[in-house]
Amino acid sequence: MESGTRERERLRWRSRRGLLEMDLILQRFLDRHLATLSVEDTQAYDALLDLPDNDFLDLVMGRAAPADDTLGQVLEKIRQS
Amino acid sequence: MTLSRQIFDTVIVGGGGSGLRAALQLAEAGHNVAVFSKVFPTRSHTVAAQGGIGASLGNMQEDHWLWHMYDTIKGSDYLGDQDAIEFMCRKAAEVVYELEHFGMPFDRNPDGTIYQRPFGGHTQNFGERAVQRACAAADRTGHAMLHTLYQRNVRARCQFFVEWMALDLIRDYEGAVVGIVALEMETGEVMVFQSKATILATGGAGRIYQSSTNAFINTGDGLGMAARAGIPLEDMEFWQFHPTGVAGAGVLITEGVRGEGGILLNANGERFMERYAPNMKDLASRDVVSRAMDQEIKEGRGVGPERDHVLLKLDHLGAEIINKRLPGIREIALKFAHVDPIREPIPVVPTCHYQMGGIPTNYYGQVVVPRGANPSEPVPGLYAIGECACVSVHGANRLGTNSLLDLLVFGKSAGDHVSEWLKTHPRHRDLPRNAAERSLERLARLDSTAPGERVTDVSADMRRTVQQHAGVFRTGTLLAEGVEKIREVGQRARSTTIDDKSRVFNTARIEALELENLAIVAEATLVSAQAREESRGAHAREDFKERDDKNWLKHSLWYLDGSRLDYKPVNLQPLTVESFEPKIRVY
Repeated sequence: MESGTRERERLRWRSRRGLLEMDLILQRFLDRHLATLSVEDTQAYDALLDLPDNDFLDLVMGRAAPADDTLGQVLEKIRQS
Repeated sequence: MTLSRQIFDTVIVGGGGSGLRAALQLAEAGHNVAVFSKVFPTRSHTVAAQGGIGASLGNMQEDHWLWHMYDTIKGSDYLGDQDAIEFMCRKAAEVVYELEHFGMPFDRNPDGTIYQRPFGGHTQNFGERAVQRACAAADRTGHAMLHTLYQRNVRARCQFFVEWMALDLIRDYEGAVVGIVALEMETGEVMVFQSKATILATGGAGRIYQSSTNAFINTGDGLGMAARAGIPLEDMEFWQFHPTGVAGAGVLITEGVRGEGGILLNANGERFMERYAPNMKDLASRDVVSRAMDQEIKEGRGVGPERDHVLLKLDHLGAEIINKRLPGIREIALKFAHVDPIREPIPVVPTCHYQMGGIPTNYYGQVVVPRGANPSEPVPGLYAIGECACVSVHGANRLGTNSLLDLLVFGKSAGDHVSEWLKTHPRHRDLPRNAAERSLERLARLDSTAPGERVTDVSADMRRTVQQHAGVFRTGTLLAEGVEKIREVGQRARSTTIDDKSRVFNTARIEALELENLAIVAEATLVSAQAREESRGAHAREDFKERDDKNWLKHSLWYLDGSRLDYKPVNLQPLTVESFEPKIRVY
């Protein structure tokens, strides 16, 4: 349980970005979904966080499609947040 | 308590554009360098810079560094130091060509030279006509620059401490800076990093404002560190604003929206710009529009439950024009304002964008403080560069594209100066006893179970106070009230509490530490702004509408100790050319 909490806190910090737009979008996503993210979604989110900010923003805004199918589900949650 | 210690030639705090440029200069010269960054370096806020890098390459029309220098000084409303401005404008071409050599993907002309864009305020022959001076990489100049510099630093074996937060500077008994105390987020461990030279490159502190384009990481950590170590902050009353940020978010709505016919309305549905600028109306200059909007809000004609914004109406343009000529605006409005601009107006508010003031330095990047008769005595071992520094090349207002140029020129210059300094200062100075005492006390407070306020509450009050009292529209009364309020906020920022006492990736703890830094910057801003009884550049006083060169052609210096102000003269003497004497600014 404790390790899960810390893992979520790690994701929360890594959601601090260089672009304000991404900070705002990810903050809404975290507030809504972080506590209940599945293992698969957590892994997918972690992978998205490794993207450069501009590429991540393009995905969220629908200006680009993810190269990897497994990212689609969590990306949709981010878009809807 | 004994902390573990590591030793480097140079410690750089901040992994954005200026920190990476300085690190590269040092690492390629063979020095061992450690760069500390709260986030992965390529996710620094430099990534948000789109406009370009100003340099008089003359690839499009004839251009000259002296014309760039004139534009910069005029933009600064004569508060910029002319030695530093000459230095920067003369070095501009060199740092751009270096970046090209490092692999930066600049936009190109058909003949292969770097393409240069037009940008507001860039002129030929001392204001005669516009010139294209901005070197860009599509709309991702900052992003491309960070990636280029980061890759090059990895190659040069620069050492990165990622997800570390620097807490405090360590000064010895003679005032020399001998290292930093830093916190590793993953473990919560606090360590001492001893260095011969320390470079602060922590960026701006735009998060002091309620409406800000700055990312959440821009919390002025370097400014807080400097102020706590007894170093003054210079010209903190000068902040650049953009008129139309989405209220409550800060994301910018491009000025092109007003260019296409978008209009601003107050709570009464009145097109108020007709009163402030009868000819240009909504197309008046940035500062005129920002000030009018803020005045409407301050005089009670704002919109919304808090009456804290105005409206940008564009539904009358029709869906076709909005979709065709203003791509992206609709998605920004939907995403960040939750309105569809085809049907409803967008709530907007003047939004803080850039910090002109900062830690006082000379053009070598050395931090300088008044000592005896010398207003600018270097602090041994300490440097500051980029938005956290005040060289001062931006003076009272920054010329567009000079921020990325500033990062490159002074990042490199500080790197070179440190290299020389290391030759004459080959040994580390001793650490003082209790080097980490201040940092450990700050952390101990957060570890204690003493009652206190929540960080988010104090933080919200700080941002609201700064927005209301040190926004674009400033009066003596507003500022005096603001100073009182912000002192109270400062006290509260030093007595917050957090529920989560864990050491591992404790974001709440980091945010409490960041708030202490922000509150220092906020107080410096209000106190400096209240004292400056004139209007100059971005500091516009309703009760002192004119620039006053007789009394106020000088830099403010704010000290944390006693919240005391001092002043130092503006350097009107360039390095090799004649001085540009202050003139009335007309655009």
